[in-house]
Amino acid sequence: MSETALTGPVDWTSDQAAGRRRSRHAANRRLQFYGIAAISTAVGLLGILIATLVIGGYPAFFQTKLTIDFPIKAEYVDAADPAAGNYRNVVRDALRELAPEATTPAQQRQLGQLLTNNAQFFVRDAVVANPSVIGRTLTLTLPAADPIDQLNKGLIDRDLPESQRRVNDLQLGYYDTLVAGGRVSAPFNWALFFNSDSRFPELAGLAGAITGSFYALLICFLISFPVGIAAAIYLEEFAPRNRWTYLIEVNINNLAAVPSIVFGLLGLAVFIQIFGIPRSAPLAGGMVLALMTLPTMIIVTRNALKAVPPSIREGALGVGASKHQVIMHHVLPLALPGILTGTIIGLAQALGETAPLLLVGMNAFITSPPGGILEASTALPTQIFIWADSPERGFTSRTSAGILVLLGFLIVMNGIAIFLRQRLERRW
Amino acid sequence: MADVALATRDVPTPEFQTVRTPDPHPRPTKVKADNVKVFYGQKQALNGVSIDIPVKSVTAFIGPSGCGKSTFLRCLNRMNDTIDGCRVEGEILLDNRDIYDASLDVVELRARVGMVFQKPNPFPKSIFDNVAYGPKIHGLARSKAELEEIVVSSLQKASLFNEVKDRLHEPGTGLSGGQQQRLCIARTIAVSPDVILMDEPCSALDPIATAKVEELIDELRENFTIVIVTHSMQQAARVSQRTAFFHLGTLVEEGPTDHVFTNPSERRTQDYITGRFG
Ligand SMILES: Nc1ncnc2c1ncn2[C@@H]1O[C@H](COP(=O)(O)OP(=O)(O)OP(=O)(O)O)[C@@H](O)[C@H]1O
Ligand SMILES: [Mg+2]
Repeated sequence: MSETALTGPVDWTSDQAAGRRRSRHAANRRLQFYGIAAISTAVGLLGILIATLVIGGYPAFFQTKLTIDFPIKAEYVDAADPAAGNYRNVVRDALRELAPEATTPAQQRQLGQLLTNNAQFFVRDAVVANPSVIGRTLTLTLPAADPIDQLNKGLIDRDLPESQRRVNDLQLGYYDTLVAGGRVSAPFNWALFFNSDSRFPELAGLAGAITGSFYALLICFLISFPVGIAAAIYLEEFAPRNRWTYLIEVNINNLAAVPSIVFGLLGLAVFIQIFGIPRSAPLAGGMVLALMTLPTMIIVTRNALKAVPPSIREGALGVGASKHQVIMHHVLPLALPGILTGTIIGLAQALGETAPLLLVGMNAFITSPPGGILEASTALPTQIFIWADSPERGFTSRTSAGILVLLGFLIVMNGIAIFLRQRLERRW
Repeated sequence: MADVALATRDVPTPEFQTVRTPDPHPRPTKVKADNVKVFYGQKQALNGVSIDIPVKSVTAFIGPSGCGKSTFLRCLNRMNDTIDGCRVEGEILLDNRDIYDASLDVVELRARVGMVFQKPNPFPKSIFDNVAYGPKIHGLARSKAELEEIVVSSLQKASLFNEVKDRLHEPGTGLSGGQQQRLCIARTIAVSPDVILMDEPCSALDPIATAKVEELIDELRENFTIVIVTHSMQQAARVSQRTAFFHLGTLVEEGPTDHVFTNPSERRTQDYITGRFG
């Protein structure tokens, strides 16, 4: 009663009341506008990034190849020991046949630079695989050298003066002859996925880096998943709430925010110098990544455990389940979708991590995929780092292509996380 | 009138004398609590509660919100152990055995003293697995057939079997609230406890489901000792044989239900059951 008397009856239809309502609606609209503006900016920047990567990287997904007939003369290759043949001469002769007009040694050298530097090894491998071609002609489609590749993709301007062009007039002439003969093609560049690193961009691929990343992530998972879950279960379900556990908790949260390069230094000092794990080995890289992922893993798992309704625990305890049974039969299964999602996101983070891997030497130049976790190797992000540092034009587009491949893996991993979460959560 | 009682909260509690009215036909005691005090950290929630709970009958705990009914109930199966910072003093005997004694395994205690919670909390598993869980972990069934028998008879005792017999393998969380609560009761009786503790088992249920659960409690009394916390005077009057009235952490009065409701010896009991406070 007295309160109404205090303010008097409110006139909700008055101009002031309408004005107050209008200004509240305006505030709503402003807030909405800021949100939309922020999101548009973010999406726009992301779009620019992806577009740049795709434009820069898509040429690397195709590789210019030259189809050439190699006469395998018995004078160069001995049928008794085909691996020891003089394939350099085989390649030289084959090219000369294509362009008989090249007669001076200088011209012939220019001609030899059309094909990839390793052409002789491709021919050797083909002959060793099929020795019956000795004495006959072998037709192979081999990668062109990087300048020809660039030229074929239209990335080199023919109208520039010769001195400013990476392909000189002579090579341009030979290239045109090859095109006229229908010997130039640009198929999908499977080598990007099945070759390892190389000094020659036309041969460089990501196989070694993908294998290295796979091993490193495997190690990271095998260490951080069980350790993280065990630590989280202990802290969440068993540990008494006292100063010590509080200290541990604060430190775990802080560790999650420590710059990754610090973990790299730690890995270098401990894993490599004290434990004696070989440098550049995926084992060392994986262990460093595990250190880095562990805090995230513990935090994610604890949150997933916390999210399990206490009523479920009480129900199980109420029928006489032991603590172990409550955790194993009820809490963990219910927390699993959350744990798995967090794990995959943690691993995705680890996949993109570069700095700690640089410190343990996973940026070495290695031309074959690692055969195990102790062999030197690179990883996807460090491979991108190496390529980004290389001056050849071919590596520029491969850098972008490498980033696209890395992003592809990340998208797939996040997709799996979303799928698992929806799939497992629907059950209850 | 209630001011005196309210003041006892902060000053050191004087030894409080519970008013007790014995049964005209006393039954043997199943659970005996002696001077039970509970502390949550520094805060004392129960100031020395002593009560004898008779076997094969229903004892109701009533009292205003926050007076410690749940706290005391949770002492009886040591559910308070799971709360950080909760400390229990005093003695509780189940069949003359101290339940806080090291020789009694808490897992065994909770199998013998089952609990039904305020909010139905079936496991996110099938109806069958919900009921089978207790017998399974305690190894009560030697074969699959025996387990099935236990599940069916528990569901029958909880008067749920007819409603769910065609969908035993569908999730228990898909049942209605009242059915879920009866499922939880079936889950509890599947391990054949001696005592069943119920903390406001009907507070989430509609009158029809409530009536079913009450009917069920009345039947269960034949085989089990039941302790029920309720905010409904009518419910306490309908289902219980003895009633205990708690107020501000003390047991004010306990006695036969009809006595407590028709002729309470304590002023505060009278005030509470007539709705004058609480
Ligand atoms: N986990 C806890 N931590 C701290 N204090 C608690 C905890 N649980 C209960 N209490 C306190 O203990 C006292 C008794 O609580 P209890 O839950 O036993 O009341 P209740 O009689 O069951 O009330 P209600 O009828 O509302 O359920 C309350 O003052 C409450 O605040
Ligand atoms: Mg309560």
